[in-house]
Amino acid sequence: MIAIIDYGMGNLRSIHNALDKVGGNPVIISDSKSLSDADADAVVIPGVGSFGDAMHNLTPFSDRLFDLVDSGTPLLGICIGMQVLFDRSEESDAAGFGLIKGDVIRLPDGVKIPQMGWNELTIHRDNLDSDMLAGVNDGDFFYFVHSYYCVPEDKRVIAATTDYGVDMAAVVEKDNIHAVQFHPEKSSKKGLLILKNFVEMIKC
Amino acid sequence: MLAKRIIPCLDCDLGVAHGRVVKGVRFKQIRYAGIPWELAEEYDRQGADELIFLDITASHERRETMAKVIEKTSENVFMPLTVGGGIRELADARTAFNSGADKVSVNTAALKNPDLINDIAKYFGNQACVLAIDAKRRYGREPGREMVDTPDGECWFECSFYGGREFTGIDAIQWAIEAEERGAGDIMLTSMDRDGTKDGFDIELTKAISDSVNIPVIASGGCGNPEHILEVLRDTNASAALAASIFHFGEYTVGEVKECLRDGGVHVRM
Repeated sequence: MIAIIDYGMGNLRSIHNALDKVGGNPVIISDSKSLSDADADAVVIPGVGSFGDAMHNLTPFSDRLFDLVDSGTPLLGICIGMQVLFDRSEESDAAGFGLIKGDVIRLPDGVKIPQMGWNELTIHRDNLDSDMLAGVNDGDFFYFVHSYYCVPEDKRVIAATTDYGVDMAAVVEKDNIHAVQFHPEKSSKKGLLILKNFVEMIKC
Repeated sequence: MLAKRIIPCLDCDLGVAHGRVVKGVRFKQIRYAGIPWELAEEYDRQGADELIFLDITASHERRETMAKVIEKTSENVFMPLTVGGGIRELADARTAFNSGADKVSVNTAALKNPDLINDIAKYFGNQACVLAIDAKRRYGREPGREMVDTPDGECWFECSFYGGREFTGIDAIQWAIEAEERGAGDIMLTSMDRDGTKDGFDIELTKAISDSVNIPVIASGGCGNPEHILEVLRDTNASAALAASIFHFGEYTVGEVKECLRDGGVHVRM
């Protein structure tokens, strides 16, 4: 079972449908007790809202989330769900989870903000050989909607980047933690492929 | 590099069971095109970047029908979905988002109550609020208007509402700037002079608005062939182009349009 954390900030139907489509067994979890009770094989933090609101609403889940991550349960953070895994964001005074060392900063001047639309990935297989990106190639497009981006301290966690005024981390992976700045559930076939790879990882 | 978006628009008549996609000509005559989610799946296969569902019946009773259409579509189509037509208040937007929509587009309701833009942006994010502008050329200089030079003379652009049936006296360029300040995430800009004509987009209108705001502009109205889309994406700052009938009736596929764009030097997702 894949627990999708519902932190009360928007529709989760797309990510639920997408995980369902690729053979996952998604369940939307709306409170921390349900997450504790659930026997989750994986956790997804979906991408809706702003950093401060997301951290505020996610805080009740944090103890259980840390337990799951410590025990090796695969975690997938999407968009703002990626950003909250870092230490801090320019968007808010709220502290992030700090599961990945680094900052979240605003997109540079000179580009339309938010970045909204399909952008290409450059895969960095020299950094890490990502199972999640199996079958994904340089130049494949994914759908982004964001105003801030993640800057990991350790560049070796960057599995793929994208270029929007600045070359930025688009996919970050560290042990059982996986994070994508784009929305795989809105990225058609290639997005579903990434989610399928994530689901396969759980089954292994 | 961010790709320019190609967005098929599904004008939905929800007055029949399950709804159907139709296409109006100059906002009036109607032709039948197909079942919404079946067309949506076909456009996904063809490589569409985003889809817009417009409820052209636009009455409260049919809100639930549109929700069903979006629910059904979002089971199999994984790209951004926008719902427009009949979004009158925040509750309508919420219904659309809960059914699986990513964005709503507002026109009449926002002109009557501009705070609706702020409210949608506040509760669902800027990216979730698309402002639709239906603009018509008005020739001749008028004080307080943003005048634009065109091959046919100097004009300003007037916003219309109620599906093009009534005019507001509001300047479209000024309204676009205000909408950006209020938090709109995209502007879906339809030329009423060109809509349904297949004569090509209104380049002067699209240029004027896309140069005036820093949010993406979706050019709409008048698309008759892939070269029209190439022209508007190459010669203006529009981020996306919308078309309906050239896709619905099988004249061109989204893939054919994108090949034309790529060959013309426009960056697209192939």
